[in-house]
Amino acid sequence: MVVRDFLELEDLKLILEGDLDAEVTGGYMGDLLSVVMGEADEGQAWITIQSHVNIVAVASLKGVPVIIIAQGFEPDEETLESAKEEGITLLGTDLDSFSIAKKLILEKGL
Amino acid sequence: MIFKYQVDAAAPELAGRASTEFKSVLKQLGVNAKIIRKISIAMYEGEINMVIHANGGEITCTVDEKQIEVVMADSGPGIPDLDLAMTAGWSTASQEARELGFGAGMGMPNMKRFSDEMDVKTKVGVGTTLTLRFNL
Ligand SMILES: Nc1ncnc2c1ncn2[C@@H]1O[C@H](COP(=O)(O)OP(=O)(O)OP(=O)(O)O)[C@@H](O)[C@H]1O
Ligand SMILES: [Mg+2]
Repeated sequence: MVVRDFLELEDLKLILEGDLDAEVTGGYMGDLLSVVMGEADEGQAWITIQSHVNIVAVASLKGVPVIIIAQGFEPDEETLESAKEEGITLLGTDLDSFSIAKKLILEKGL
Repeated sequence: MIFKYQVDAAAPELAGRASTEFKSVLKQLGVNAKIIRKISIAMYEGEINMVIHANGGEITCTVDEKQIEVVMADSGPGIPDLDLAMTAGWSTASQEARELGFGAGMGMPNMKRFSDEMDVKTKVGVGTTLTLRFNL
C-alpha cells in the first residue's frame, strides 16, 4: 500500500501532499512524542492528535511517510511548511484515533 | 570532521532542527541508514531536553572512521538525581511541554537504548553535558 491509497477513504482529507508514492507497511498510534520516537517503525502511518511542528521532526527522523491528525485538530503554518520541506504527507480526520485506525484496517486492509 | 549546532531555547518551534540537519549530513557522508536512524532519534531527544528542561546550548558532532560522537552541552539547571532521570516514565516537564506531547519520561531511556555509549555529566545550577557515542 502507498500513501495515495489512503485518499480513497472518505473520512480522510488531504491537508498537505508529500510523497504519495511512499510505501506504507503498517501503523502506529500515539500522542507522546518520545514514546513514538522509541516505538514507531519506518514506513508506518502515524495517527495522533498532536498537530504542532514537532510531529514533523519525529516523522522525518523515524521515516514515517504520513501523519494522520485525528479528532479535527489542525496543524499550524509552521507544521505545514516543515512537512512540505520533508516531503511528509499530512492527512486530517474528524474521527478519533481508534476509529480511523479501525477504518484503515477494515476498509483498506492496513 | 566536526559539526557544531546552536540550540536556541527561545525558539522551541525550531527544536529538532539540529538533529534533522545532522541527519542529512550523515546521509551525504553515506553512513548506514540504520545507524543514521539511531543517531537521529537519540540526538533529537537530547536536543529537545536542552530546549524544554534547560536554556538551549551547543551540540558538537564528531565523525571519524570508527565512531560518531554527539556532545550536547547546556548551562541549564542540571539534574539533581540522574538515576531517577534515566528511569522510564519519570519527568518534570511543564504542563505547557506536556500539551505539546513531551513529558512521557522516555527521552533519556531512548538515548540509552539507541546509542552504544551514553555518558552524562551534570551539576545542579551549572548545567548538563551529555555524550552519546555510536559505533560505525
Ligand atoms: N538537559 C537537561 N537539563 C535539566 N534536566 C534535564 C535535562 N535532560 C533531562 N532532564 C531531566 O530528566 C527528566 C527525564 O528526561 P526525559 O527526556 O527522559 O523525559 P522528559 O523530557 O521529561 O519527557 P520526554 O522526553 O518523554 O518527552 C526530565 O523530566 C528532566 O527533569
Ligand atoms: Mg525528554
